[in-house]
Amino acid sequence: MSYVAHDESVFVRPAEVGEMELYHPKTFIGKYIWSQDAKVIGVQYSITAIAVGLVALVLSGIMRLQLGFPHVFSFINPSNYLQFVTMHGMIMVVYLLTALFLGGFGNYLIPLMVGARDMVFPYVNMISYWVYLFAVLLLMASFFVPGGSTGAGWTLYPPQAILDGTPGANWGIILMLVSLAFFIIGFTMGGLNYVVTVLQARTRGMTMMRLPLTVWGIFMATILALLAFPALFVSAIMMALDQMLGTSFFMPALISKGQHLDYNGGSPVLFQHLFWFFGHPEVYIVALPAFGIVSDLISVHARKNIFGYRMMVWAILAIGGLSFIVWAHHMYVSGMNPYFGFFFATTTLIIAVPTALKVYNWVLTLWRGDIRFNVPMLFAIGFIFTFINGGLTGLFLGNVTVDLPLSDTMFVVAHFHMVMAVSPILVIFGAIYHWYPKVTGRMLDDTMGKFHFWVTFLGTYAIYYPMHYLGFLGVPRRYYAVTGTDFIPESAQSLNAGITVATLVVGSVQLLFLFNLVWSYFRGRPSGDNPWGATTLEWQTPHTPPKHGNFGAELPVVYRWAYDYSVPGAEKDFIPQNQPPARTAEDAVDATS
Amino acid sequence: MTQPVSTSSAQTFPLPEGLPGIVADFSSDQRAFKNVPWGKAMMWIFLLSDTFIFSCFLISYMTVRMSTTEPWPNPSEVFALTLWGKKIPLILIAIMTFVLISSSGTMAMAVKFGYEKNRRMTFILLLVTAALGATFVGMQAFEWTKLIFEEGVRPWGNPMGAAQFGSTFFMITGFHGTHVSIGVIFLIIVAAKVIRGDLDHERPGFMTGRKGNYEIVETMGLYWHFVDLVWVFIFAFFYLW
Repeated sequence: MSYVAHDESVFVRPAEVGEMELYHPKTFIGKYIWSQDAKVIGVQYSITAIAVGLVALVLSGIMRLQLGFPHVFSFINPSNYLQFVTMHGMIMVVYLLTALFLGGFGNYLIPLMVGARDMVFPYVNMISYWVYLFAVLLLMASFFVPGGSTGAGWTLYPPQAILDGTPGANWGIILMLVSLAFFIIGFTMGGLNYVVTVLQARTRGMTMMRLPLTVWGIFMATILALLAFPALFVSAIMMALDQMLGTSFFMPALISKGQHLDYNGGSPVLFQHLFWFFGHPEVYIVALPAFGIVSDLISVHARKNIFGYRMMVWAILAIGGLSFIVWAHHMYVSGMNPYFGFFFATTTLIIAVPTALKVYNWVLTLWRGDIRFNVPMLFAIGFIFTFINGGLTGLFLGNVTVDLPLSDTMFVVAHFHMVMAVSPILVIFGAIYHWYPKVTGRMLDDTMGKFHFWVTFLGTYAIYYPMHYLGFLGVPRRYYAVTGTDFIPESAQSLNAGITVATLVVGSVQLLFLFNLVWSYFRGRPSGDNPWGATTLEWQTPHTPPKHGNFGAELPVVYRWAYDYSVPGAEKDFIPQNQPPARTAEDAVDATS
Repeated sequence: MTQPVSTSSAQTFPLPEGLPGIVADFSSDQRAFKNVPWGKAMMWIFLLSDTFIFSCFLISYMTVRMSTTEPWPNPSEVFALTLWGKKIPLILIAIMTFVLISSSGTMAMAVKFGYEKNRRMTFILLLVTAALGATFVGMQAFEWTKLIFEEGVRPWGNPMGAAQFGSTFFMITGFHGTHVSIGVIFLIIVAAKVIRGDLDHERPGFMTGRKGNYEIVETMGLYWHFVDLVWVFIFAFFYLW
């Protein structure tokens, strides 16, 4: 359990497994297209996720145009609006955030950080990406089918999701469900790889309690995903059967347009339970990797060890466990036994304890640190702000009595965008600025990066702070237009217009970020192997970017935890994980004590 | 796959007492589960995930059985066969269950002979397992045919009562039958690898390029036992309830 091995012969076990067999492709296609190298797969995942995320970003811009300036844009009609809401939500949550954190960062970072040459089953890993791409293409295809994509809201609640009158109730919803099923199949193949790699393929000396928190976050999130996605898979199958074969899993007896439908006896609330049994862990599937990554960013750029490493690990595990017993707090208004409401409110509030613990530890890591305001650090600190904001409004919504009036208002939109949209995205930006030098060998441009950060961070508050207020006024979410409603004052419209302007500014600044990614790839300052002075293994590779097999001839041996920054008496202000302990008199005393 | 270099190092690495010891053991370097090959670890975790899928199916079945307003058909009448002029309830399902459970036995023996590197016996037992699995699927196909054409059960309705009876039946047994069919295909592939000597000579796989070894027989076995176990639950919850 010791963080630092003082004596190699005692604390580092001999190799238990032989070298991994690697597949060595010879052609360009084998290396970069049908690639089995986790690093290439990670980049493929990232590019696909960002591309599909851009579509969702444009959709959100169009939605805001409608809300800010109603009746100005004739190409947005109520059906379109609902379709944009739905696709924006589903793409962002599943196809961007989940895929980017686990597929992108997970693939790139896990083997490098645990000291493996690749994922344990590279072939399965490759299939995982191509199935994901297929799922994305199916989803994109739904924009072009008759009736367009589904407009059921990202939660896809039946019965309305498959009834006439909801946009895309025929082709759109089927493509959405099939795409989700494929996404889950693809993800499962990748996810099994990530978990087994972390559990079984670490290098010598890399105990679980020396793993960087990034790996812990991605690892736990993957386990959550493997256990939560089945519920979505099952509900997708059943809803597809309801739609195509006319079964009645989720469909009660209904009268639609004056006609008795053939459905009878199904349970719409069953879908909600299944969906949120997936949906709530999904929040933490997105949040836990962000927690892990932000811990590392803060520690590296504050040149200080992470505060309370062991508690950070236990907090990740506790959050992961608790996230499976809070799901019905999304369903307070669906009708529930009050005792259940009480139970789920209690567990929801309990989950705030380990989460708050993590926030305190980040802040305590910053305290008296040698903080460098590099761009990744700016994003990491920005994350702490937005996450605390979003987390606090979560405490409001977790209580049944407070949730009932606020449910389905803009307050909810503001809450979850702060906590699970903006916060993870800020971490993603920080992580890209942090690891881009390792992936490409060049630094991202600093000036553009700082501009990107400040506009995004301040823009976030310009967008979502007023939205909380709109929620308190009772402005409902998902409405195409709210004109002629007495309890909403006229001035709410000016607030809406302001939010829209902020959205467009923040949205367009992301183009600068993309430009920066491309420009720096060709013109960026060469970074060297370890530009940030970080301790973790991915910065100790002999080549930058790392070559196939990651670590050259010999795998590294790990002697210490990932957070030896500013150690008194050390030569530099960081000690890489694979640096053997110095045999000094002081160490010998430590080792015997 | 990788070969173990050294096995036990308990003497050299004393663990603390109690809970910290358990944590230290699980988190010790290189492997959380000592001497567990990657494929086996992966299969266990996959099966855990698959368990959640089947649990969701079965819970959904129980929920719709409660939510439907129509009476639920009596399974022992619906699934009765008339043999020698007598109507015997659940006879086909009993035979199917017997066949599938027996295949678990032959699978377990195949794993044993696999580790003994007894190529012939492993091959034969794997084929017997596959044959029993195929028999199960065949009887399931017979059962479906009978239900669809004789009893008039459809996913969207049936003459005996609640429509959800047919919906859940076809969905859950269909999903399970797919698992069995995939298992049969892979049993045949593994059997072919065994008899060709791919596992003895560590020949690289066709697609993955990984060296062959007898651990894949056990991994295959894990999957097969899981499919059997799931059937026990389907049998209990769907046919006996």
